[in-house]
Amino acid sequence: MSSKRKKTIFDELKALLGSRVRADDMELQLYGKDSSVLSGVPSTVCFPLDAEEVQGIVNICNRFQRPFIARGSGTGLAGGAVPVGNPVIISTAKMNKILDIDLEDRIAWVEPGVLNLDLSKALKEFGFHFAPDPSSQQVCSIGGNVANNSGGPHCLAYGVTTSHVLAAEVVLPNAEIVTLGGIDPEPTGYDLRGLFIGSEGTMGIATKIAVRLTPNPPDVRTLLLDFADVSDGALAVSAIINAGIIPAALEMMDHNAIGMIEAFVHAGYPVEAAAVLLVELDGLSGAVEAAVETIKDVAKIHNAGSVRIAKDETERALLWKGRKNAFGAVARIKPDYYLHDTVVPRSKLVEVLNQVYQAADKYDLIAINVFHAGDGNLHPILAYDAREPGILERVHSAGDAIIKASMDAGGVLSGEHGIGLEKRDFMHLLFSAHDMFTQDLIREAFDPQGLANPLKILPSGSRCSDSFKQHVPEGVWV
Amino acid sequence: MNLGTTERQEFAASVAGTDLVTVVGGKTQWGVGGAIDPNARPISAPVGIYDYTPSEMTLRCGAGTTIGDIQNKLGEHNQMLPVDAKDESTIGGVLAVGRSGIRRLRYGAVRDYLLESWHADHEGKLVKSGGPTIKNVSGYDLCRLLVGSLGTLGFLAEVTVRSLPIPRCSQWMTGVCDPFELQSNLYRPSSILWNGIQVWVLLEGHPADVAREAEVTGLSECSGPPALPFAGRLSLRPKLLRELPQLYKQDWVAEIGVGLVHLSLPINNDQNSLSTMTVMRDIKKRLDPTGRLNPGREVF
Repeated sequence: MSSKRKKTIFDELKALLGSRVRADDMELQLYGKDSSVLSGVPSTVCFPLDAEEVQGIVNICNRFQRPFIARGSGTGLAGGAVPVGNPVIISTAKMNKILDIDLEDRIAWVEPGVLNLDLSKALKEFGFHFAPDPSSQQVCSIGGNVANNSGGPHCLAYGVTTSHVLAAEVVLPNAEIVTLGGIDPEPTGYDLRGLFIGSEGTMGIATKIAVRLTPNPPDVRTLLLDFADVSDGALAVSAIINAGIIPAALEMMDHNAIGMIEAFVHAGYPVEAAAVLLVELDGLSGAVEAAVETIKDVAKIHNAGSVRIAKDETERALLWKGRKNAFGAVARIKPDYYLHDTVVPRSKLVEVLNQVYQAADKYDLIAINVFHAGDGNLHPILAYDAREPGILERVHSAGDAIIKASMDAGGVLSGEHGIGLEKRDFMHLLFSAHDMFTQDLIREAFDPQGLANPLKILPSGSRCSDSFKQHVPEGVWV
Repeated sequence: MNLGTTERQEFAASVAGTDLVTVVGGKTQWGVGGAIDPNARPISAPVGIYDYTPSEMTLRCGAGTTIGDIQNKLGEHNQMLPVDAKDESTIGGVLAVGRSGIRRLRYGAVRDYLLESWHADHEGKLVKSGGPTIKNVSGYDLCRLLVGSLGTLGFLAEVTVRSLPIPRCSQWMTGVCDPFELQSNLYRPSSILWNGIQVWVLLEGHPADVAREAEVTGLSECSGPPALPFAGRLSLRPKLLRELPQLYKQDWVAEIGVGLVHLSLPINNDQNSLSTMTVMRDIKKRLDPTGRLNPGREVF
């Protein structure tokens, strides 16, 4: 009361959240990064418990005109959670409760910090799961999945996050709490929920999410096909789809990836193969059995060396363990990696893969390909050692070449990781200035002050005259 | 130049101006959202299939292309667009209205089938949204915003939609049973309809699976679904459908597991004040400042 000192934003946040506000050096450094190669410096990190606290934080940020960034588990690969403009980080880590599982409506209400795999584990006893399953599902949060409209191997058959989120309670950038969408089939008004999903925290912060429950399939079969030639593997992908089969998942791993994964998980992956396809079929047994037979035929036509069918759940889990831990296994080759995420038409897979290898050769890097072949979603990994002088420039140049090759093939910039900071300045390859102007008009309807995760997704100059360079914090690599 | 480029440019040019303008499709759902201002100048979206690669499971066409033409084209390669709209409906109209078909239980909402769109904005400029691949998170998801917007934010000129394989076998069954129990006993049926007494269920997939599931239902084969009443439409959370027999004695057919009710009386959801009304109004104002696009249509 007696103090004349003007209250700082930290004082106000502290008054609201007590010990759940942090600003020590170590914390700030930790929250300066996500899983991309970019980094920045936040001013404060907050750990709210509910929507009202998030609202309180956003109110304070508005008063101080300070940017705020929602953060889930920090597994984002495009720099979407990297701090720009000395922001307040709003971590959803402590908002991690499954609030309600409603089997009659086949939905669950969850807080944004609930981990993707934890939700599916909780649903298992009821015979349901949450369909989006990013490789990071053991650690990534549902809130992050909503922000990035995440995918995963099983999205080929089941669709991405937007098809599995019905409603979200959101704290808008003006601190109002609203519900977007609804758990009835035709909510009134414009589909703001659809717009919000994938908006990377630039339209507000989800504080409660209604997800759709997907019944577990009665029958699942997992197959591993190996090829002496990458082209044969890629052609087999199109042939499977052409045969009228939509596998639950259709993943491809190249020679470099196979060796790396096998050394890590010992799943019996054929290390001498040029490529393998991991195919999962699910549904009722008649359809699954027929599809297995069709795939055996496709394998023969496209010169597969062998078709291995997982004989039980243990073998299936082992094969998947290899696929899902591929990125962790990179450490066996190099300490650092840069993971790309473009999508190309399936028919262009061979052509673009060749360009990926050429780009890696040109810049003397190792390219490892583990990706969602079924939907053309490439994930080239460029492995490197950050201690090597000048290496980042080479990684950057090779990455540019991969993005350009994907765009030339009629693809898109990101399949599931988002645009964030990393791909922001590539948006012009896909969209005209007027397209981006229109996107920015809509963003601004949610956030007229530009405080919600500013300067992400759209390049500067899409609408306002912000000079991005001035906002790039020390150390951010764009 | 890509096939369709000239068509969409000409369409956008026809939108340009300062007068009121409305885009006319097959007029199969013309009344949805209210009557169009009679002073609005009618225009039509381009017609034609520009690109279809069966192995990509995507089709690009003018928004004025009819569902019948699209299904015929897809059918040549055993594929379909699971929207269950009338043949004479246009794809642009189906998306702008945003109402899904009766197989939504299995195939999801119509919104999920739009991958990329070109729309003409209020100045007659073209705007592209989304991307042509089945997976894409590049930029804001304007496609979702446009679906169900009744053309009040822009007029669809060209769309890329995703297709699915036609199931090898489709069988409608009917009889008297508890539709909610039926839903939990079946694995992903395509549709379950109920009028309070009788149930209709559509099973689709491999013939062996359809036969096995048909047995589970204990119902008899029939030729198709009942005629759906169309005077009213209610959107409810799925479990509320249990209470329908107590609420409405009149003819109605409900989509079990989805939550839609088709009624013969003009009963619709209350258009209560939405907490998001301000944002919706703001979006409308930004994308159509003078209110010249489809005047008279109300989305909220």
